[in-house]
Amino acid sequence: MSGFPSITFRRRTSTQADKDTVDLSKFPADRIRNFCIVAHIDHGKSTLADRLLEMTGAIAKTGKNKQVLDKLQVERERGITVKAQTASLFYDYGGEQYLLNLIDTPGHVDFSYEVSRSLSACQGVLLIVDANQGIQAQTVANFYLAFEAQLSIIPVINKIDLKNADPSRVESQIEKVFDIPSEECIRISAKLGTNVEKVLQAVVERIPAPAGSVHEPFKALVFDSNFDHYRGVVANIAVLGGRVKKGDKIVSAHLRKTYEVNELGLLRPDELPTQKLFAGQVGYIIAGMKEVKEAQIGDTLFLQERPVDALPGFKPAKPMVFAGMYPMDQSEYPGLRSAIERLTLNDSSVMVQRDSSLALGAGWRLGFLGLLHMEVFNQRLEQEYNASVIVTAPTVPYKAVLSSAKLIKERGSEEIIIVNPAQFPDRSAVSEYLEPMVLGTILAPDAHTGKIMNLCLNRRGVQKNMVYIDDQRVMMKYLFPLNEIVVDFYDLLKSLSSGYASFDYESAGYQAADLIKMDLLLNGHPVEELTTIVHRERAYTMGKAMCERLKDSIPRQMFEIAVQAAIGSKVIARETIKAYRKNVLAKCYGGDITRKMKLLKKQAEGKKKMRRIGNVDVPKDAFINVLKRKDK
Amino acid sequence: MIRSTCFPLRCVLFRFFRSFSREVRTDHVRECASKPDLTREASLYVHWPYCLRRCSYCNFNKYIPRENKDSIMTECLQRETETLLHLSQVSCITSVFFGGGSPSLADPSTIAAVLETVSKQASLSDQAEVTLEVNPTPAGRMKLEGFHLAGVNRFSVGVQSLQDEDLRSLGRDHNSQEALQTIEEARRLCPGRVSVDVMFGLPKQTAASWEDQLSKLFTVCDDHVSLYQLTLERGTQLFKQVQSGEVSMPAEEVTAEIYQHARETLHQHGFVQYEVSNFARNNSESDHNLSYWRGKQYIGVGPGAHGRFVPLGEGVVAREARTQTLEPDAWIREVQQMGHGTRRRILMSRLDLLEEVLVMGMRMAEGISHKHWDVFCPQMGLREVFSESMCVQELLQGGQLILDDR
Repeated sequence: MSGFPSITFRRRTSTQADKDTVDLSKFPADRIRNFCIVAHIDHGKSTLADRLLEMTGAIAKTGKNKQVLDKLQVERERGITVKAQTASLFYDYGGEQYLLNLIDTPGHVDFSYEVSRSLSACQGVLLIVDANQGIQAQTVANFYLAFEAQLSIIPVINKIDLKNADPSRVESQIEKVFDIPSEECIRISAKLGTNVEKVLQAVVERIPAPAGSVHEPFKALVFDSNFDHYRGVVANIAVLGGRVKKGDKIVSAHLRKTYEVNELGLLRPDELPTQKLFAGQVGYIIAGMKEVKEAQIGDTLFLQERPVDALPGFKPAKPMVFAGMYPMDQSEYPGLRSAIERLTLNDSSVMVQRDSSLALGAGWRLGFLGLLHMEVFNQRLEQEYNASVIVTAPTVPYKAVLSSAKLIKERGSEEIIIVNPAQFPDRSAVSEYLEPMVLGTILAPDAHTGKIMNLCLNRRGVQKNMVYIDDQRVMMKYLFPLNEIVVDFYDLLKSLSSGYASFDYESAGYQAADLIKMDLLLNGHPVEELTTIVHRERAYTMGKAMCERLKDSIPRQMFEIAVQAAIGSKVIARETIKAYRKNVLAKCYGGDITRKMKLLKKQAEGKKKMRRIGNVDVPKDAFINVLKRKDK
Repeated sequence: MIRSTCFPLRCVLFRFFRSFSREVRTDHVRECASKPDLTREASLYVHWPYCLRRCSYCNFNKYIPRENKDSIMTECLQRETETLLHLSQVSCITSVFFGGGSPSLADPSTIAAVLETVSKQASLSDQAEVTLEVNPTPAGRMKLEGFHLAGVNRFSVGVQSLQDEDLRSLGRDHNSQEALQTIEEARRLCPGRVSVDVMFGLPKQTAASWEDQLSKLFTVCDDHVSLYQLTLERGTQLFKQVQSGEVSMPAEEVTAEIYQHARETLHQHGFVQYEVSNFARNNSESDHNLSYWRGKQYIGVGPGAHGRFVPLGEGVVAREARTQTLEPDAWIREVQQMGHGTRRRILMSRLDLLEEVLVMGMRMAEGISHKHWDVFCPQMGLREVFSESMCVQELLQGGQLILDDR
C-alpha cells in the first residue's frame, strides 16, 4: 500500500489475487455504460453510489459503507463530494455481463467545469431528487449541465421511505420543470435498497453505449487527477477510441509532453491494475507526471505515433473568488505554507499567489472556482492541518478596458483583470469597467418570495424568470453581480427563508459596471489594506459598514479619531472614535510607583504590536475584524 | 521644561523610553555626586497597617487586628525608622507622612514616639510637613488634638463621599455628618493645612449627584483637595459585585463629565491642579507628595511600605527600590530580629531612575524643568534626549506636550 498519510484521497491498490483477472477485451463498447449521479446536497447521491457498489460486489455489504466515494473528511461531514471519484461495476443483465462505469462528480456548480468534464465522459446521468424536499437549486443547475451535454437523464426519486415523502408531487415537479414524463421516474430508497436494482436495469436499458471503436487511434479524456507522493499523478481517463497499454508512449495535447504509461487499470473504486484499457472504458493511468497541472482536467491524451485532434472545450480552471489567507501568527507561516502546498497538490484549480499585508504580515491570495470551493478549502486547511487561518472577505476579479494607449502598452493588453484594489486603474485611463456576473437560481416556498425578491433587489439582482414548480414552490432566476453574492448572500437567504430556500449559480460572463475605488481613512491617512473596489450604488452602505466595524475595533486614543470612507477626495461616510477617557486619577504616591511602572511597561509592550497609521495605533484585531469574513 | 498639557498622558510616556533606552546606557552610577542634597535628604513614610473594617473597594495593605498591638507596633516602627535612617545616612528629613491602613487608629503617643526617633537621628525642622491620614469617625475626630500635640501639622481627611448612601455601599465606617465635623475640627487645629480626599466614579453616581456633593464640599473644605476616580481592583468585594452584576459602575462618558465638572468647579474656587489628582490654593501643596513626584529620596517604614533611597551606610552608591514585608506579624518578627523588615531590594539602573523621574514628573503641572532633569541626568539634556523622537515631535505638534526653555 502506498500513499502519504496526510493525503486523504489516496487509493488502495487491490490485492495481488485480483490482478489481471479481468479481461477487458471482452467488454466491447456496446456492453459498457458510462454514467454519473448528480443531485442537490444531501439528496442521497453518495448513499445510492454505496448501494450500487454493494449490489455489484465492488464492496462488501456491511453497515459500514458510509459513502465510500466521499473520501474527504469535509465531504462526509457536509454530505457533499468535492473530488470526483470513479468506480467500475460488473453487472449481469439479460445473461450478459456489463461494465458500468460510475463517474462520481462534484455535486456543486462551483465545480461546474469539473462536473461538465465528468459529464463529457458519460452518456447518461442519474438525477436524484429527495422525495421530501423536491427539486432544489442544484438539481436545476445539474439538470441543465446534463441536458446541454445531451445526455440521457434518468430521474430517481430517493428517500421514499421517509414519513413526509411525497414522490407524486416530486414527479409532477420534474415533469413541469424538466419536461420529463413522470413515468420515467424511479422511486427508490437508497438507504434501504428499495428499487435500486431497477436503477441498474435502467442504466443498461436507457443509457446509450459509448460511441468509440477499438479500431480508431487511441484518444482519452482526462476527467480527474490526483496526486500520490510515491507514484506521482494518477489521472482518471475515459478512453474515447482505440486502446492503450502499459509501456505506450502517450502525449498530452495541452502541454505537448510525452509520457510512458507505467500502470493502468480500473477503479473498483480501489485501483485494479489491468494490461490494457479499451475504447468506451474508464480507468486510471500513471505515466510519470509529476504535478497535477500536467494532467489538467479536460485535456486529451493520445499515442505519440498517432496524433489526433484534441477534444473541444478544454479550458484551464479560472478562479472566480479570491480571498487572502494569513497565519494568525507569523511564526505559523511555514506550517501554513506547507499545508497550502499539500492541498493544492491535489487541487490544481486553486490559484496561489504570495501576498503580504502591512497589517496581517506575509500570506497568500488564493483564487477559487467559487464560494463553496473556498469554504471547502478553508475547512480542509483547518481540519486536516490544524492551521488557524485569517481568511479575508472574498473579492471577485474585475476587468477594465483601458483607453490610454500608454497604459495598454504598459499592461500588455487593452482589457486587464484587476484582483488587487491597488492595481485599480484610474477612471481617466479607462473606457469601461466590467464586473463578473452570475445567473442565480433560487428555489423556495412561495411564502418567502417577497422577502427573497427584496434581498435580490438590494443585491443589484435583475429578475430573469419566475416559475411555480408546483403549488407551493417557486423557482426564480436572477442575474447578479458575483460580488454581491460572495460574502453573506447565501446566509441571509437561508435565514430569511427559515432554511427552506436553496441557491445555486453559474457564471454569466462580464458586464459593464460603475466601479469605484473606496479608501478608508484614519484621521485623513489612507489605510492601504482596507482599500476596496465597490459599485458606486453600494459605496455608501459598504463604506458605512466598514467604518463602523473599524470604529468598534480601534481602542480609544488620546485624541479624537475620524474614521472615514472616501472616494477620491470625497468623504462618503464617517464615524468618530472619541478621545480616551480612561481613569488617570488613581493614587500615585510612594507605594504605588512600582506597580504603576509595571503597568506602563505592559502597555508599551502592547503598543509595539500595533500598526501605526498616521498618528493612530491600530491593533491587528481591527484589521482582522474589518477584513475577515463575518462569522456565521 | 517638558510638560504634558493634558493629564491623560501615561500611555504616551513609554514611547519615550523605547527611544530613550537606546540612548542612555543602563549602568549604575553614583547618584549625582555633584548634587549631594539628593542623598542627604529624604522624606519619611510610615505605614500603619490596621483598619477596623474592610472597605469594599480597597486593595491596600491593611489588616483587621485581632488584638491590640499598639505598643509592639510602636516599638518596631521606632526600631525600623532608626535602622533605615542610619542606613541612608540622611541628615535631614524633609517631611513625614503617616498613612495606612487607618493611622488615626494608632495612639497619638505612637506618632510622638516615631517623630521623636526621627529627631534624634536627623534634623526634622519645626516647619517640616507632618501629615496624618484621618478616618472621619467620631473616634478619629476625638484624637485629632492628641495627634496635633504629638507633632502632626497637617491632616488628610478620607471623606471619600458626602452622600451617606455612597459611604454605606463602599463599606466606610463614617457618615457625611461625621466627615463634616472631622474637617471642622482638623481645620481648627491646623488651619490651611487640611486636605480632603474625595472619590468619584462611584456606583450609581450621576453628574447631578456629583454637583450636589461638590457644592456641599466647598462649604467646608480647606485649601487642599485630592480627587480620585474609584478604581475597580481585582480581589476586592466591589470587583466581585460588579462582575456579578449586583453593582453597576457609571459609564466612561459619565465619569469623564464628572471629572471635567470637578476640575472646572475647583478652578472657580481658586484651586490649582498641581498634580493629576491634587488641587491646592493659597500655596497649600503637599510638600511630602511633591517630593515623590520630583524624584526625591524617601524612606518607607512599616509593613508593606516602599522606599527609594541610596543605602550609603552599606556602601551602596546607587538608589534602591525597597519594599518592607507586607504582613504585620512577619514584619514585627523581622524588625525584632534584624532591626528592619526590608523584604526586597532592587538596585535601580540609571534608566529605571530616569523613567520614574519622567513618569512622576509628568504628573505635575510644573512638568520637568531643565534644571530638574539635570539633577538626575547631567550627561544629556532634555532636548538631546527627546527632541529627535518622532513620537515626541507628533505630541509637540499636536499640542499635547510642551518642550520649551523653562
